[in-house]
Amino acid sequence: MLRQPQHNRADDRFAVEATDLVKDFGETRAVDGISLRVPTGSIYGLLGPNGAGKTTTLRMLLGIIDPSSGSRLVLGRDRPLDAAPEIGYLPEERGLYPAMQAREAIAFMGSLRGLPMAEGRRRADALLEEHGLGDWGKKTIRSLSKGMAQIVQLLGTIIHKPRLIVLDEPFAGLDAINQGKLEELIRREARSGVTVIFSTHVIAHAERLCEEIAIIAKGRVAFHGRVDDARAKLNSIVRLRTRASDGPWRSALPAGARREGDEWVFELPAAGPEPLLRALIDGGAGIETLAIERPGLHDAFVAIAGNKAAAEMAKEKPQ
Amino acid sequence: MMRFLLSAFVIARRDFTATVLSKTFIFFLLAPLFPVAMGGLFGSIGARVANQTERPVVAVVAPKSDFARLAAARDQLSEAIGDQALVRIVGYSPERDLAAQERKLLASRKPPVRAVLGGGLEHPRLVGALGSDPATVGQLKLLIANAREAHTGEPPDLPVTDVHVSTGSLEADRATTAWAAQAVLFFLTLMLSTMVMSQLIEEKSNKIIEVIAAAMRIDAMFVGKLFAMLAASVLALVVWISAGALLLQMVKHGGVQSLPTPAVGWPGFLALAIIYFGMNYLLFGAAFLMIGAQASTAREVQTMSLPVTFAQMLIFAFAATAINSPDSAEGWAAAAFPLSSPMTMLARAAEQPNWWPHLAAILWQAIWVALILRFGAKLFRKTVLKSGPRLPWWRFGRA
Repeated sequence: MLRQPQHNRADDRFAVEATDLVKDFGETRAVDGISLRVPTGSIYGLLGPNGAGKTTTLRMLLGIIDPSSGSRLVLGRDRPLDAAPEIGYLPEERGLYPAMQAREAIAFMGSLRGLPMAEGRRRADALLEEHGLGDWGKKTIRSLSKGMAQIVQLLGTIIHKPRLIVLDEPFAGLDAINQGKLEELIRREARSGVTVIFSTHVIAHAERLCEEIAIIAKGRVAFHGRVDDARAKLNSIVRLRTRASDGPWRSALPAGARREGDEWVFELPAAGPEPLLRALIDGGAGIETLAIERPGLHDAFVAIAGNKAAAEMAKEKPQ
Repeated sequence: MMRFLLSAFVIARRDFTATVLSKTFIFFLLAPLFPVAMGGLFGSIGARVANQTERPVVAVVAPKSDFARLAAARDQLSEAIGDQALVRIVGYSPERDLAAQERKLLASRKPPVRAVLGGGLEHPRLVGALGSDPATVGQLKLLIANAREAHTGEPPDLPVTDVHVSTGSLEADRATTAWAAQAVLFFLTLMLSTMVMSQLIEEKSNKIIEVIAAAMRIDAMFVGKLFAMLAASVLALVVWISAGALLLQMVKHGGVQSLPTPAVGWPGFLALAIIYFGMNYLLFGAAFLMIGAQASTAREVQTMSLPVTFAQMLIFAFAATAINSPDSAEGWAAAAFPLSSPMTMLARAAEQPNWWPHLAAILWQAIWVALILRFGAKLFRKTVLKSGPRLPWWRFGRA
């Protein structure tokens, strides 16, 4: 796919750079000093429970609203609307004109970003065909199912071949099959050099897709970096099952070890697995199974954002 | 600037197409028929009511010869001031018991008699409920005086030579043109105002406003919406004017040529009428778009419509003060106040031949259109999108 012309910038390593963004709505502070750096060409996730400030942050990055204080640089521009032709945006609250035909709606969204309508219609036909919606191009939006309308809006988001795609809770309202298709579309765009930022409160999506994430809680960035770095904040978990119920080997277990059914569960000691194994064998534990689990993003999220934020995310509508 | 114009064009094209290609646009084109039909209906009802209630009937109890002279005097007077303006008289021969006859006539419902004139022409006396109607008494005095004259049936000969125009008739005709032009401008804008107010409801209710706000400046969207509506209304205006001219050609002898010529001439006046219609629409439209943008639902827009209509009527009344006296203090004030300026200046074009005030006024109005749009966009971002830092009210305009 052809991309919009690149602009000369002093530092194009980052598609988006935000510094100390603050947003107040009346007396309520929705975003409290968020700073981000989104590497160009990456898939970047904003992770956090509803009300954490994800959407407000995205709206500030896109120039829909201005921050109360702080600054942002989007594709090298300090006024995000100047970069609008190179950005695609799917808002959390989906919206299309109900009386418009699907292909017209896609072309119209492209025209908002500077794509001529005729070219937009041509691309819309191709995209609809590619996504198995070729027969629906001339149907009005109101005659489409919610999921199909959402796909149409997503196609409208990428019709003008943007360099930066911003998706606010893109998986919300999609069935499992369409979620899979969307994940593939995001990966494909990223492979072609497009930067994709999406917000989600579903950890699994972020874990599968993102190279970097920002965990946002209560309007602040609780963690910002690579997914592996987030996991690395926790030690691996050891699950041990022994034949002997007691013996000298018990002294090899770290202080925080706990019983879960037939298993002992504890963090891998800093010295690594070898001294632990040696002590267990020498102590006559009779190792039946020993598993070392790398912590998932969910565990990292709990550790970083706290149990309360994790519980709030778990309570939210599953996708 | 080019980006701004292209963005506005994208919105304008979408809105214009959606408006003109919708079935409801047919109803919009038929809209002027409703006030015309309503005017006709209420006019005929009013005329009938006035005919029945306002023209007093006076029973004349007198010999037939006296009544004939009185009726002849009335006919002569009706030629001068019109039959509708005159008291109706109905003749009755005197009965033996005159007092009883008066009472009977005053109680009569067919016709509903207001007073009884007795005593003939020599000793007239009037009995009736006339406390609040000195005009009837005055008319009867005039009729009696004329009837007493011997030559009432023969009005003096007055040869008349008709010329096309005189100063007095020209001023009156131009004032009529001025008033008619203002009224047309007012009603057209009034009709469009509610439509403009609800222009952003669609985007706000189907949430596409978020996509648009992320792609362009809000004032570009405002401009696009305003000009889409302007284009649709100009299209409708062409239909209405053509239909109106055709109708006039058919029903009025001499057609459109018989209308009084405005001071700047018909071509100039029509050009100014189109420009001032555009300006009037843009000024009110920008203001109403700004007000309507604050509404979230159609119900809220309806609630806003009534005060907005009254405000428009006040402005129309203000502009009308300039008719006949465009160079008075009120006339200049109405021309300077942005919202009344187009209507006032159109009336001036009908009455005054100078062109320079129009050039200045058009520039002045254009500045105000831009200012209102700019302020409206800022207000929208501030109040609807909740954008920007909090500022004290005196710095709001610079936000």
